[in-house]
Amino acid sequence: MISFRYARANDVADAVRQIAGDPDAKFVAGGTNLIDLMKMDVERPTKVIDITRLPLKQVENTPGGGLRIGALVRNSDLAYHPQVEARYPVLASAIMAGASQQLRNMASTGGDLLQRTRCCYFYDTATPCNKRERGSGCSAIAGQNRMHAILGASDACIATHPSDMCVALALLEAKVHVSSASGDRVIAFAEFHRLPGETPERDTNLDAGEIITAVELPPKGFATNYTYLKIRDRLSYAFALVSVAVGLELDGDTINDCRFALGGVAHKPWRDPRAEAALRGRRANAATFADAADVLLRDAKGYAHNTFKIDLARRCISRALMQAARGTPQSQSSKKIA
Amino acid sequence: MAHYIGTPTSRVDGFAKVTGAAKYAAEFNVPGLVYGSVVTSTIAKGRIARIDLSAALRVEGVLDVLTHENRPTMADNDQAYKDDVAPAGSPFRPLYDGRIMFSGQPIALVVAQTSEIARFAASLVRVDYETDTHITDVHCQREAAIPLKPPGDPIEAMFTPPKTRGRPEQALAAAAVRHAGEYYVPIEHHNPMELFASTVIYDGDGKLTVYDKTQGVQNVQHYLCRVFGMKPEDVRVMSPFVGGAFGSGLRPQFQVVLAVLAARALRRSVRVVLTRPQMYVLGYRPAMIQLIELGANADGTLDAIMHDAITVTSRYEDFFRQETGWSGLLYKCANAGYKHKLARLDLATPCDMRAPSATTALFALESAMDELAVALNLDPLELRLRCYSERDQHNDLPFSSKALRECYRQGATAFGWDKRNPEARSMRDAGDLVGWGMATGVWEALQMPITVRIALSANGHAEVACATSDIGTGSYTIMAQVAADMLGLPLENISINLGDSSLPQSPVEGGSWIAASVSNGIATTADAIRDELLRLAKQMPGSPLANIASGEVTLADGKLISKGDASRSVSITDAMRHAAVDRIEQEKTYNPSNDVTRAHNTHSAIFAEVKVDEQIGVIRVTRVVSAIAAGRILNTKTASSQILGGVVWGIGMALHEETLIDHKVGRIMNANIAEYHVPVNADIHDIKVIFVDEPDDSNPLGIKGLGEIGIVGVAAAIANAVYHATGKRVRDLPITLDKLRL
Repeated sequence: MISFRYARANDVADAVRQIAGDPDAKFVAGGTNLIDLMKMDVERPTKVIDITRLPLKQVENTPGGGLRIGALVRNSDLAYHPQVEARYPVLASAIMAGASQQLRNMASTGGDLLQRTRCCYFYDTATPCNKRERGSGCSAIAGQNRMHAILGASDACIATHPSDMCVALALLEAKVHVSSASGDRVIAFAEFHRLPGETPERDTNLDAGEIITAVELPPKGFATNYTYLKIRDRLSYAFALVSVAVGLELDGDTINDCRFALGGVAHKPWRDPRAEAALRGRRANAATFADAADVLLRDAKGYAHNTFKIDLARRCISRALMQAARGTPQSQSSKKIA
Repeated sequence: MAHYIGTPTSRVDGFAKVTGAAKYAAEFNVPGLVYGSVVTSTIAKGRIARIDLSAALRVEGVLDVLTHENRPTMADNDQAYKDDVAPAGSPFRPLYDGRIMFSGQPIALVVAQTSEIARFAASLVRVDYETDTHITDVHCQREAAIPLKPPGDPIEAMFTPPKTRGRPEQALAAAAVRHAGEYYVPIEHHNPMELFASTVIYDGDGKLTVYDKTQGVQNVQHYLCRVFGMKPEDVRVMSPFVGGAFGSGLRPQFQVVLAVLAARALRRSVRVVLTRPQMYVLGYRPAMIQLIELGANADGTLDAIMHDAITVTSRYEDFFRQETGWSGLLYKCANAGYKHKLARLDLATPCDMRAPSATTALFALESAMDELAVALNLDPLELRLRCYSERDQHNDLPFSSKALRECYRQGATAFGWDKRNPEARSMRDAGDLVGWGMATGVWEALQMPITVRIALSANGHAEVACATSDIGTGSYTIMAQVAADMLGLPLENISINLGDSSLPQSPVEGGSWIAASVSNGIATTADAIRDELLRLAKQMPGSPLANIASGEVTLADGKLISKGDASRSVSITDAMRHAAVDRIEQEKTYNPSNDVTRAHNTHSAIFAEVKVDEQIGVIRVTRVVSAIAAGRILNTKTASSQILGGVVWGIGMALHEETLIDHKVGRIMNANIAEYHVPVNADIHDIKVIFVDEPDDSNPLGIKGLGEIGIVGVAAAIANAVYHATGKRVRDLPITLDKLRL
């Protein structure tokens, strides 16, 4: 851990003013990821700006019928929020699938979007990692890569995004509200996280000097036919090998509308419009679901230790779609797969 | 009279532990304490070409940076570094020279005013290496593995394979039914909750008090005296509480050497606490490749067992345990052969980890027996019963006691084994495949010489002192129970003093031998106390115990009582007051009888249920029954906890645990407890522990010890249940869902 200066921001304007022009400064909210990375010498901010006192802790209805979640709303508060439980249960379920109760009590909504990968090479400064040090190389491609990407990876990086909550937010087509010294803007969730390409050091399209102030959910919540199915190497407190968030709208057993997003398989929560299109208007049955899985995984590529994830993802997609179609969403407390 | 022995007595140190009053090695404070942070190597093999400390030394608050170039004098011979339980070879010497023998090797210690400053400055130490080619993959060293050398001493002889029995090759060739399988267990790490730490208090005259996380304070004391040329009276090692160790604290670890080095260099008190990643070079369960070949007669009796093992060790020490001999011990079989080779890798030396050798050997053997049962179309439990051995066949000896048959019976009944459908994939629960598997466990019932001092006060309080450890197992509690019963006093009148090298001699706490050794040590010393009390009581005018022999009295309810006539008694207080004695102190050594006429073992039978999602392959261990035969159980509560912990660990071994090495860089990549998976609460469901009655007279109290036996066999029971559920046999651990591919 390096020495750093600590500062407190009083409001959003103060926060963006403090971070403007200081590329080595970082905001801290829950600190559940940043502090760990600082201890490991992966993140080395010279200044840490505490934003926990900013007035971004509200969950409010929007005029358009959606929900606006302040960036500092804790994971636990969000998961148990009555509006979220009732209208966006897939989000509540995804949050409960992640981390531990203690971590969820600390972790913030905005911070969850900015979690960094859990790639073991990213964490170990003795090894090359393009995400940590541009141009140093990717150790995972020919190394330990059980947890790594099967979709959207590049020769520079095969890391995955670790968040569960973000998979549900991708499904719900959330909007990310950000502010900076030069003003405010809204980023569509699909545009928020990046694929690694040649610049894996950049996880998101958040610009330097910007702060997340809120995450806005559109009205459509898929509260009837949904699931969040997370498969991992133990039954709790592990990152996803594959996770699948599903939202369906059914007319009888015909699929009127459908979205599904995968976690644990790519550098960002993974959605595929072609795979979703393959479901619309079709009967909700195993054959349809298998087709959609095949479409989504058509370009999937495995490495030495994670090729199994392609087949696993196929099975998880089929199962999750079935859970949603039957109205039997995965419980996050009972570990029996619904 | 047994008021306390055999009861579910709560931990006598429980209150201190939950309130924080119990202090661990990193919690002892003195004024002026400074802090060391360890710098470790990033390469697996080579030399330090250059080490640049300038940036670290410039940090305000940094006092010194110790390296092999500037450290104080240390011993220059292997013998000095050979601790009580060191394997053959040349032990690692921390900061001794510039050689790098494993990635993560300590190469410098930054000492600073605070731990944060030390850790920051440690990140500024720059090292250039000359690198050599390393090999860290056991599969790459398979062909180069070397057979064990003939044993150099009786200890090594315990760990080398037994002599071949009969003609195993011929018997195997002639067998009606054969099974051969290769089984793999990866490197696993102990991961105790408490970080390894040492606080070295530097007294003005150069004497040291060392608070260390260890399973053997006297082992550490002797080691430090040799390494630093100090006198025993100048080094006192203390370890009153240990937050788990599981074998990782048997040998002195490098943090204590670094802390003492710094204390001697700076002439002040120093604390060194390792980080979790740094603990991954302290030792581990060695990876192993095991080939088991079984030959059976058509009736399900065994005629041939062959067990070959290749196990991992370092380049500088030959660590090995008795991997193969368990196969020839457990089942009746006229012909048995063994081979054991070592694969030397550029890693730190492995060390003992809960039930070393038996845990891994029994995974292989009991998986193979399950496969043989399938080949014979025989119930797996029935196969074990047909192969039941009434004698230790290595030496053709009877067992001092062996209630394994009763473990099978009670375990099977509690589990409902008779309702098992023998067909794989035949049992279901909604979408889940259900599997029932079983396995046997075996461990040794060992005892070691130990010395116990008891000081009895006239007010009926007793202090019991011994240099043994309580590594979280409950030694404080069972020692207090035994002392209370032997002295006839209430439990609350007993105080236990342990974990201090200045106390009477104890071996390291390992091998499940402490409960039997220290309990009988307490009984031996308590007898001496009783005799002294009787001598005093007889001096009383008109003593009701005049003319009575020492064996004819017992201590109970604070009194010396005639066994033959309970109305004849003298209270402890009266006997001592009359003689004007405030305190009786006795120190006696218990030397266990060297009973070579019988074999001494503990046994278990484990029954496990798994439910496997047929589409996804997720495994849940929904039920485990573990029936244990381990002699007399001193405390049914702490003993159950021991077995529960062993079963949980066995579940982890079966499904989760694996140390992942990047062989290109020779470095452990999941050196933390987020990525090194052990079971969490969600993985643990119903576990039932049964202790079967097993009278044993190997020692006066009939104790066998049970620190190890709880884990042995569990992984095989689960692997066998997974096979029964899915029809898929997984022979390499852990059984992750990708290996099922249903």
